[in-house]
Amino acid sequence: MNEFAPIGGLDVASIRAQFPILKETVHGKPLVFLDTAASAQRPSSVINAEVELYEKYYANIHRGVYKFSQDATTAYEKTRESVRAFIGAKHKRECIFVRGATEGINLVAQTWGRANLKEGDEILLTYLEHHSNIVPWQLVAEEKGATVKAVPVLEDGSLDMDAYRNMLNERTKMVAFTHVSNSIGTQTDAKEIIRHAHDAGALTLIDGCQAAPHLKIDVQDLDADFYAFSAHKMYGPTGIGVIYGKEALLDAMPPWQGGGDMISTVTFEKTTFNDLPHKFEAGTPNIAGGIGFDHAIAFMNEIGIERIAAHEADLLKYATEQLSAMNSVRLIGTAPKKGALISFVMEHAHPHDIGTILDQQGIAVRAGHHCAQPIMDNFSIPGTVRASFGVYNDRSDVDALVVGLKKVMDIFG
Amino acid sequence: MSLENTTIVEILDTFEFLDDWEERYKYIIDLGKKLTPLAPEEMVDENKVRGCQSQVWLVAETDADGKIHLRGDSDAFIVKGLVAVVLLIFSGKTAAEIQATNAKEILDQMGLSAHLSPLRANGLFSMVERIERMAA
Repeated sequence: MNEFAPIGGLDVASIRAQFPILKETVHGKPLVFLDTAASAQRPSSVINAEVELYEKYYANIHRGVYKFSQDATTAYEKTRESVRAFIGAKHKRECIFVRGATEGINLVAQTWGRANLKEGDEILLTYLEHHSNIVPWQLVAEEKGATVKAVPVLEDGSLDMDAYRNMLNERTKMVAFTHVSNSIGTQTDAKEIIRHAHDAGALTLIDGCQAAPHLKIDVQDLDADFYAFSAHKMYGPTGIGVIYGKEALLDAMPPWQGGGDMISTVTFEKTTFNDLPHKFEAGTPNIAGGIGFDHAIAFMNEIGIERIAAHEADLLKYATEQLSAMNSVRLIGTAPKKGALISFVMEHAHPHDIGTILDQQGIAVRAGHHCAQPIMDNFSIPGTVRASFGVYNDRSDVDALVVGLKKVMDIFG
Repeated sequence: MSLENTTIVEILDTFEFLDDWEERYKYIIDLGKKLTPLAPEEMVDENKVRGCQSQVWLVAETDADGKIHLRGDSDAFIVKGLVAVVLLIFSGKTAAEIQATNAKEILDQMGLSAHLSPLRANGLFSMVERIERMAA
């Protein structure tokens, strides 16, 4: 590491050097990538792991007795152990591979939900949720006659914990909530939320998409029943993610999709199902993605999640100071604890106008409702501009954003 | 439309003259500012154009001569300017004339599909497609 100890003790230059895409230019300008919350970029190690698989030992997994199939299976299953260690799960069979957090949440809603929910039951969500943690619950609630309710937020975007405690009751069967809001950054007090849910006899599902890349996750310490996250937000491949579930719960849940890999024996009279985790992993999975994911976790572990968190917290603090100093910028979401993203609106320009003008300057941000319309409605805005940070960003990216926003003010002011 | 005295040919000429992205965007934004806003009661779901990342509304009225008069609006300034361009291309034409108009060619000529992000270009194109469907 650099002896001059840059921000957060990270040598950002050497980290950036591992990401080929960050050397690209956009509209003739150097890329300033501030959309990691939507999808992170990948280091060479992840890209190369997928290439190496395809070039050197590709075969379908869990099936063949020949060397390539065994090698690919070993590599794929190694990821499961890395995931287990990364989130502090007790057993790797509690880590089910899915396409991403969205599929993970749908899996729980469609299996646990359909098996356990009944008329009059309540599913408690929050106003901070991504549509992925709303719609799956609405679908199962409609089918089973259950009700979906949402915990409101305070003015700064923090969850209203008093309201939460009041909304919990004996009908509450599931509390599904985000660990870090993708739209306004609020970090929820997951442990406290889970504790109250359990006291009320409800289970919990945590959408950890924005938390897994930025926070130390310990599902046992949290006592989470289910925890969902996606590799592509953690410098890993797209189309692979994890739904963690406590073993006893997963064991009791009926399977979801039927097919190969998830069965033990099949006859036309009766099929018996495979053990965890395979019971929930029908069909040929995203093998290359799974193998690449291991390298993404290794990349994060090598730097250290605590150092990543400290670096991003510093960036967030700097960005908050810089943007707060701009008169026409209004920050949306100022909770005391936030993930590595900053959401804002401007007086004279629509988020899409801002995004377009920033794009012309090579700055990639997200503009819109961030698939989280309820929280946008809560603040009576159609959308925001969101700048989100990854381990490869530094203060110069924030400075570029500020320059970019001054150009927006020139054009629209 | 309060851009009555502006023609699409003039816009194309001006656009060609502006070679810097910033000037082009400023020009598009100005066009949007000249567009008469829709009444709030016209900004309803049935007038919304799908596929736009920001909100876009289109209203069409056919007069006694069979000419289709289009009005539109958006909550984003740049998109509003693009709406103005599309309306200038189509408004006041008959269905047959609209069918004979190649809007994509004009937008391509302006470099709008290249200079705008694909998502926004899609919105632009869904606007055009909606008008073409009206005239079909």
